[in-house]
Amino acid sequence: MIIEMNNIEKHFEGLEVLKDISFGVDSGEVVSIIGPSGSGKSTLLRCATFLEKIDGGEIIYMGQKAAHTDEQGNAVYVPHHEMGKFRGYCGLVFQQFNLFPHYSILKNITDAPIHVQGRSRDEAEATAMELLGKMGIADKADAYPYQLSGGQQQRVAIARALAMKPEILFFDEPTSALDPELTGEVLKVIRQLAEEKMTMVVVTHEMPFAKAVSNRVLFMDGGVIVEQGDPREVFENPKEERTRQFLRVFEQ
Amino acid sequence: MTFSTMLSTMADGMLKTGAIFFLTLIGSLPLGMIVALLRKSRFTLVRGIISVYISIMRGTPLMLQLLVWYFGPYYLFGMNIGNWRFPALIVGFVLNYAAYFAEIYRGGIESIPVGQYEAAEVLGYTKTQTFMRIILPQVMKIIMPSITNEVITLVKDTSLAFTLAYQEVFSLAKQISASQTSFMPFVIAGVFYFVANYVVEIAMNRIEKSMDYYK
Repeated sequence: MIIEMNNIEKHFEGLEVLKDISFGVDSGEVVSIIGPSGSGKSTLLRCATFLEKIDGGEIIYMGQKAAHTDEQGNAVYVPHHEMGKFRGYCGLVFQQFNLFPHYSILKNITDAPIHVQGRSRDEAEATAMELLGKMGIADKADAYPYQLSGGQQQRVAIARALAMKPEILFFDEPTSALDPELTGEVLKVIRQLAEEKMTMVVVTHEMPFAKAVSNRVLFMDGGVIVEQGDPREVFENPKEERTRQFLRVFEQ
Repeated sequence: MTFSTMLSTMADGMLKTGAIFFLTLIGSLPLGMIVALLRKSRFTLVRGIISVYISIMRGTPLMLQLLVWYFGPYYLFGMNIGNWRFPALIVGFVLNYAAYFAEIYRGGIESIPVGQYEAAEVLGYTKTQTFMRIILPQVMKIIMPSITNEVITLVKDTSLAFTLAYQEVFSLAKQISASQTSFMPFVIAGVFYFVANYVVEIAMNRIEKSMDYYK
């Protein structure tokens, strides 16, 4: 298991957003999370990548506990100086890309490897150029984010996350902010990563993509995992009524 | 008094005006940043103190503040204020301008989207790295026009030093004009302030241009 999240609880000002959620991802697995907005999909990703603190449960990366619940029922994280290791295990691609506008494309990708991980500039730049090549935008290395289309910016964001050499990469609705004609180029890149056995968790509304690329689909609603399993099963033969209802809306 | 004597007498005042100007900037630009960060402190007391400080600095005349800094130590503590004139001026200017700069910085910092912080956090940047490498450079670009405004105001505000009879351009112009019954010193002072601000404008434009490489 790359990541295990057990009995995760999360609430915002009394509102329960995640209710006793447990799930794990194996190495090389691609998991899609679908569900209506407000179902807790993004919150789950934000808890997994430590952007939000859980209120209960445990988070385990590579067999090591990053957070657990103590006897008083409070979630306890490892001390500050150990968090770096756990952050290094995971990467996150945002809906809004969140590239650094004042850095060139190359610097967006090399800055954290150099200044956070202490890699050499040469190594970081070589990795970055290789990734940009893979994303099909090697010619944009010296450009700035504002000069790129949304689809290109998102591919840079993926390269930026991969440059940290994470064990697992999370995607939070990676194509939702893109014009329809640009979603394809981003999905293609994710599909390519799936073929290379990159471990990924993708929150998405792109049902055909989820069906074609993932090994497992999770349907979330109301802060719980309603149903999960083989994508073909979930999409073609959903067991739960709520899943059926949700998928019906997408078919229309 | 010939024109050239007038000019050379006032040249000394120009240096003093320059001293107030530069020392104020050197002190208040960084202090303003500290104030802006303290204003977002997690301690209610610190936030409260900072917000009262900013209110007072912005809500009372700078001229009055200068008088308080100069005479206050004498009236409050019986301190000998013989050599205190220039330090009092600088303290007054720095604390006043720091309050204005702090508000400009705060506006700039608050305008940076939360996604920038989150991207940096996920990439493992420390809080300091995030601020210095990601946030501050973007803040600088956003606030530069407002900083230019304040710097131009400061050039003119240095004339308030005449309140403490400090011999900068404006005080000298008044004195020479009265003693020589001439209007010329005011013309010289006016040209001086205008040229100084023209230089400020050009310099600030350059700085703004140097940040134009991204949007």
